Amino acid sequence: MYIIIVGAGKVGYHLGSLLMAEGHEVMLIEKDRSKVDLLSFEFHDAVMEGDASTVEVLREAGANRADVVVATTGNDEDNLVICQVAKLMFLRPRTIARVNNPRNEELFAGLGVDASVSATKIINAVIQEQVKAGDMMIPLLTLKAGDVEIVEVELSRSSHIVKKKVKDLSLPPGSIFIAVIRGEEVIIPYGETVFQPEDKVIALVKRESEPALRKIL
Amino acid sequence: MKVMIIGCGRVGSVLANRLDEAGHEVVVLDRNQQAFRRLSEKFSGERIVGNGLVEEYVRPILQEKADILFAMTDKDNVNLMIVQRVKKNFQMERVVAVVHDSILAGLYKELGVETVCPTDLVIKDLLQTIQES
Repeated sequence: MYIIIVGAGKVGYHLGSLLMAEGHEVMLIEKDRSKVDLLSFEFHDAVMEGDASTVEVLREAGANRADVVVATTGNDEDNLVICQVAKLMFLRPRTIARVNNPRNEELFAGLGVDASVSATKIINAVIQEQVKAGDMMIPLLTLKAGDVEIVEVELSRSSHIVKKKVKDLSLPPGSIFIAVIRGEEVIIPYGETVFQPEDKVIALVKRESEPALRKIL
Repeated sequence: MKVMIIGCGRVGSVLANRLDEAGHEVVVLDRNQQAFRRLSEKFSGERIVGNGLVEEYVRPILQEKADILFAMTDKDNVNLMIVQRVKKNFQMERVVAVVHDSILAGLYKELGVETVCPTDLVIKDLLQTIQES
């Protein structure tokens, strides 16, 4: 397949590399000259400089024979116009837009973009999936090459620590509560803090202590 | 008439001043507060600092029945996205995008988007000047 990718940021660059490795013909279009220069070592003739929301640049890139046009820039307005021009002017059957603001997804669908991809939505879906699977501890941040994690746990009614004070809990060594989010309020917990159902507890925990912490919560 | 102008640049600000002088109700929106310096001291319309691509800034004004909206920021793609969103989400007769790229302006016109192309207007003017000389 011939695939035109617009925007040589992280998304566009890696997508291009992967597709080329799979044997597809790729053209990467990027506005920023310095990025184009850097990428030309790896992409050779498969990268070009230009504003792909103009008809001239898309024509030069061979949009009339592209199987797919993917707009991956960080600006939703550019991604929308790129896909619309590819669709209207070059009658491309498949246009894909990256959506940076998830609220634009519906608009794009109504304006002729064939598919849109929102990183925020995908990550959110993965998190929801994990929560549903009963894995209630969500890793928020991994520090120091995975040794230490910041995790979030939403307390259910049946949690062991509900109605208990922080000072009465025996936390496993290598773990500490750093915040409790109760509705809109953020509480920095201390000995007298009492946990309630639906509290979101944020804890700093060493990897080896995670199972012990999970047991307590 | 109630007119909303998004983008208080060299053209947007003068349009706002003229319409205001002529007695129309004018609302100007720009991301940058400094842009309102271009408005005349006598300008009596409303100034709003905000992003025209974010519907929250546009909705309150359009819900009070604006007659016409001009999207005239310096970015064609921003203007095209603004007008397409407004056309989709609000019942408005006239929504106009300023599009500097002549080909894009023509393409979207075919799609039913009302566009004004400054490039085309300048060329038309220049050609006329040549013919007259």
